[in-house]
Amino acid sequence: MSQAFRNGDGGRIDRGKRVGFTFDGQTYEGYAGDTLASALLANGVRLVGRSFKYHRPRGIVGSGAEEPNALIQLGVGAHTEPNTRATQIALFEGLIAESQNAWPGVGFDVGAINNLVSKVIPSGFYYKTFMWPAAAWMFYEKFIRSAAGLGKAPTEPDPETYEKRSVWCDVLVVGGGPAGLAAARAAGASGARVILADEGSEFGGSLLSSRDRIEGREGADWAGDVIDDLAGMAEVRVLARTTVASYHDHNYLVAVERLNDHLPLGERQGPRQRLWKIRARQVVLATGAIERPLVFAENDRPGVMLAGAVRTYVNRYGARPGNRAVVFTNNDSAYRAAVDASDGGIAVAAIVDCRPNPEGALIRLARERGIEIVSGSVISGVRGAKQVSEVEVAALNEAGDDVVGARRSFDCDLVMMSGGWNPTVHLYSQSGGKLAWNAELATFVPATAAQKSREAGAVNGSFSLADALAEGTRAGAAAARDAGFEVEGEEVPACEAAPGDGVLALMPLWDAPSGRKGAKRFLDFQNDVTASDVALAHRENYSSVEHFKRYTTTGMGTDQGKTSNVNGLAIMAGLRGVDVPEVGHTTFRPFYTAVTVGALAGINSGPELLDPVRKTPMHNWHETHGARFEDVGQWKRPYCYLRPGETVKQAVDREVLAARTSVAILDASTLGKIDIQGPDALELINRVYTNNFATLKVGQCRYGLMLKDDGMVFDDGVTARIGENRYLMSTTTGGAPNVLNWLEEWLQCEWRDLQAYCTSVTTHWAAIAIAGPNSRRLLAELTPVDLSNDAFPFMSWQDGEIAGIPGRIFRISFSGETGFEVQVPASYALALWRALMTAGEKYSITPYGTEAMHVLRAEKGFIIAGQDTDGTTTPFDLGMGWIVSKKKGDFLGKRGLERPDTLRDDRKQLVGLLTEDPNEVIPEGAHISPSPHSAKPVPMEGWVTSSYYSPNCGRSIAMALLRRGNERIGETVALPLEDKVVRAKITKPVFFDEEGERLRG
Amino acid sequence: MLLIECPHCGPREQTEFTCGGEGHIVRPDPDTATDAEWGHYLFMRKNPKGLHFERWFHAHGCRQWFHAARSTVTHEIFAIYGIDEPPPAIDPSKAGSQ
Repeated sequence: MSQAFRNGDGGRIDRGKRVGFTFDGQTYEGYAGDTLASALLANGVRLVGRSFKYHRPRGIVGSGAEEPNALIQLGVGAHTEPNTRATQIALFEGLIAESQNAWPGVGFDVGAINNLVSKVIPSGFYYKTFMWPAAAWMFYEKFIRSAAGLGKAPTEPDPETYEKRSVWCDVLVVGGGPAGLAAARAAGASGARVILADEGSEFGGSLLSSRDRIEGREGADWAGDVIDDLAGMAEVRVLARTTVASYHDHNYLVAVERLNDHLPLGERQGPRQRLWKIRARQVVLATGAIERPLVFAENDRPGVMLAGAVRTYVNRYGARPGNRAVVFTNNDSAYRAAVDASDGGIAVAAIVDCRPNPEGALIRLARERGIEIVSGSVISGVRGAKQVSEVEVAALNEAGDDVVGARRSFDCDLVMMSGGWNPTVHLYSQSGGKLAWNAELATFVPATAAQKSREAGAVNGSFSLADALAEGTRAGAAAARDAGFEVEGEEVPACEAAPGDGVLALMPLWDAPSGRKGAKRFLDFQNDVTASDVALAHRENYSSVEHFKRYTTTGMGTDQGKTSNVNGLAIMAGLRGVDVPEVGHTTFRPFYTAVTVGALAGINSGPELLDPVRKTPMHNWHETHGARFEDVGQWKRPYCYLRPGETVKQAVDREVLAARTSVAILDASTLGKIDIQGPDALELINRVYTNNFATLKVGQCRYGLMLKDDGMVFDDGVTARIGENRYLMSTTTGGAPNVLNWLEEWLQCEWRDLQAYCTSVTTHWAAIAIAGPNSRRLLAELTPVDLSNDAFPFMSWQDGEIAGIPGRIFRISFSGETGFEVQVPASYALALWRALMTAGEKYSITPYGTEAMHVLRAEKGFIIAGQDTDGTTTPFDLGMGWIVSKKKGDFLGKRGLERPDTLRDDRKQLVGLLTEDPNEVIPEGAHISPSPHSAKPVPMEGWVTSSYYSPNCGRSIAMALLRRGNERIGETVALPLEDKVVRAKITKPVFFDEEGERLRG
Repeated sequence: MLLIECPHCGPREQTEFTCGGEGHIVRPDPDTATDAEWGHYLFMRKNPKGLHFERWFHAHGCRQWFHAARSTVTHEIFAIYGIDEPPPAIDPSKAGSQ
């Protein structure tokens, strides 16, 4: 029978709109307004999952974010999402849900064998059993991983889109219950910019589950009216289905709005979720409270639920989680749930109350309904494997630590438990606010806020409706006032709540005795932690809160201890014989509930948008000419240009040979370029490079090495003097922003007297390097500039037209060949590239990529800062002492080079390596040891920084940083690799044209 | 994420800035400084719990450096002041200093 547990009327569901859905392959029907959980309960589905460790049958416990058990695999294929809470999934037509952690099915689960052998898998079992030997972990891990875990991640790319918005507001109100609504209305009335966010689909919070009245209306109707009021206020934004998930410094909060998740797939349009990044002047936290389970024997049977959740299902959804209930409580609030359950058609067989003499208005209400109250007693056992069928009740002894007397049994299919309420202090704690222990409520409540925030209602431990409305109104008004707005009057809405509203009169009962050994008393349902596990942790001295949490796994997983933490702390406190606050609590970390990675990424996903992609003006040409790209910083640079049928090595060899035999061109546009101007530009340059630039004339260029002040190489490049007080500094591609920032920092912070100004012109000028014996002949065809050696010597530059394009020609070379670098405004670069390719046809002009560039420079022993250096390398380590001026005054790094450590003669120095087998190319990063027969631990004397096959040398070449390398030229060293040991001879780090005749030719 | 009052651009998100670490470090005279003094200048930095005077750079904004006095405990920023200005007088106990 369909929806056998649905009441004929009542609740906030639309009985006119039937909604079909599937759970574990079975089709069911619910109503619009249902959650998956309420629809399952209305259909009599009790068993919704298996537990994490013991695979015990589990049912729905809660009605919101606190749900530990009903974790659902929602949707199929690319849309599937694991670990969603059935209690928070809005029902829609065609919804497909699966239970998790059970194989082959939730009804018969092979993993349940763990429950039978649970005695041998206590807390810490994995730590103890699989620790040794260390290598075996690799073997165990596969099995443990497949046995553990909850849902399954999708294997296909996410087809959904997501977006982000950044906003500010005067007052952010978190939570749309009575306190939050009152706060938003009070703040909004002042004209302040207000954002009100609630995780639910409907505003009202606890009002949706209660029968209280406000301002003469039903609470839920009042909530709707307030939302209507707020919608009419120009500066107020109301966000439903929006979870404020984290609270960061300076009132920065992150919220996730679920735009589409409640709609059938076919009706979804636009982004699935929107991430709100909110900066608020003032925050009002009206986040409510979460009911605490009681810890008693077999309290995890399907059908044992939080009393307040049952009340929600009955009042809000007209769904009965059972037909005959036993209530187990240590406080008054469960009586309210019992009364509502009874009025909602659930027979309440008894209320088992651990308190000896419960008295008060709510107790009288229960008595009026003829409900039996069994006081001074506990539930000592629960029977029924896949659903509760009977509970056993026993009286507590006087000390309250054991049960005495005869047991009584009650038939029931539902247990409603209440151990009190924990304020939802997650966001408050994330903000840095301090908590205090409230002994009367037996829970932690906010004490001292750390940021500009206020708390209102249940989050403060103020559980009555009247208090929530009053505190909310006050907090909203005060927040608006502190944000600079005038507030006229603070009228607290009048309400009529049930007698005894908000009274707990709680008696702590942290671990109910059962008189039966071995009965599992669950504390953390999601992580299968029992009270005995806490005792074990205590026995093994994992009794500090942080140790206890990790040893037992209490409070981990997707619910992060929303129902379990305080019970766990209190049980540990009891074992240690201290008060709960002395045990303390663990840190509440973001996020309150899980946030999808998609929402965090927003539109910034995929190869183009995850990180900005920078392309040179010639990028499309490269693409259409076989370029294989590599990432250099954010730039895409051609690694090589593959011709049809060619391997990468063949292409690189061809490009390298072309540069040495005819002419080849490189897109060098990505090199950093900084335009430095001002009367003190020269002084600035002289202070940041090691060599002397004072002698550099207009029209000349000079290579410079830049050090950090500790003497370590930082960047290098060629600087040209453009005018009397103007220089063009080039940097490495990846180092460009760092160098600019470095110059700015020294100019602005330390050398404020210098008049020099730096501008990045990296993307203003595109650059093409032309290398090879035919480079001069080729360029001469395209420019009127006299390129002869006398008129245009090495390391000089000139203005000039190239292929009709105004630009600059530099006689510089990173290849060691006769070469030029031409710079033109970026928008002309492609035209110039094409002109060079056309004019160069007769020389078989060859475009070359970064790998050929690397091989060419390595043949010459030219370093790459950041590849052959690592921030601990001095110019002397590189054999570049020649570039460190001894005459010049102070420069950055000068004093650092004189430190005893930088003067050590056993430093690692740059050397060349030639392998015994000329075809063996050592992997870069390979470590160097003195001999293949070195005893363990093998001494590590250095590593390979650059390694290539050089077609010009006809063999492999490598550069390495090696301890005392300079004095070891000629020695042979060993390089232990994964599958062999390679031997290589130490040489100077120059392999080709050592005299540099080609360069200057 | 901090909200930082750039002296030139007004309040901006922390992601626009780079923190340059401890401020007011004086570079010793390289000709007279001992190795120990130079080493101290290069490598030794304060790591206080509480009030900290730091350099910040509005890297993705006006690209100007400035000083900030910040509590490393609460992240409260007590003062923003020029890169050439001395640290203002702030009661360290307000910043959670011990």
